[in-house]
Amino acid sequence: MSLTEFLAMGGYGAYVWSAYGITVAVLAWQLILPVVQRRQIVRQIRRRKRQEARRA
Amino acid sequence: MFRALVNFYHRLGSPPHFYRISGRLAPWFIGLALVLMAGGLYWGLVLAPTDYEQGDAYRIIYIHVPAAWLSMFVYMCMAVAGGLALVWRMKMAEVMAVTAAPIGAGFTLLALATGSIWGKPMWGTWWVWDARLTSELVLLFLYLGVIALDNAIEDRRLAGRAVGILALVGVVNIPIIHYSVEWWNTLHQGPTVTKFDAPSIHWSMLVPLLVMAVAFMLYFGGTWLLRARNEVLRREGNRRWAMELPEAS
Repeated sequence: MSLTEFLAMGGYGAYVWSAYGITVAVLAWQLILPVVQRRQIVRQIRRRKRQEARRA
Repeated sequence: MFRALVNFYHRLGSPPHFYRISGRLAPWFIGLALVLMAGGLYWGLVLAPTDYEQGDAYRIIYIHVPAAWLSMFVYMCMAVAGGLALVWRMKMAEVMAVTAAPIGAGFTLLALATGSIWGKPMWGTWWVWDARLTSELVLLFLYLGVIALDNAIEDRRLAGRAVGILALVGVVNIPIIHYSVEWWNTLHQGPTVTKFDAPSIHWSMLVPLLVMAVAFMLYFGGTWLLRARNEVLRREGNRRWAMELPEAS
């Protein structure tokens, strides 16, 4: 099987690959979002810690 | 043995312990999920034979069916956590219920979108108000309702209980989705895999499907842990244990 044949998916390429594309996008988002949010939350805790240290 | 189990349960219920354990487990869940996905996709897209009726369009099954299964499985997880939150007022159960919702919404959206893309070449339409499709859409609205309710209530403990009630009420929809293809004979096909007699799908197509389903489940497990430990940190950020975390220094 050649690569072009594989990508064509027997004429259904547009349907198959758009379905897979959406899936990859949603699954990637599900992983990226918590990783980014975690960084923000940790930064916030650090900031609060510094403020408390200054007050003390 | 029993003591050890009780001990484990109490430790999971305690936010600092949960935070530590989930941090160790999540990468394994996600790593294993990605390995299985790579294998399942190669098998499903390259090795599995072409369907004699649907041609290669059927290959959407390898993401559509796992996403649809997970959309219901995540809901049941959310409802169980919501029930525990209501009955025992467990903080961790509240966290688990609330954080499952956006992941479940993602899988439901995927099931609807991939189904729609599959429906166009096979049924000739993107959408019909068929019982299966409609009940799955209701599932999406239930998830969005849980997310909106959680955002609307300032008090975290109260939000946790409200979410628990809504999640439990919505469980009614799960058997409706499952049996919709048997109760109302409309466009969506009946079950192929979960029939009690032999499944009506050849093993060379079934195995990659099951591999993808396990991969999706592990991916859910990993991302759920990540979201839950974020929520724990958000709620307990001003506690001593959170302040003393090495990553916060």
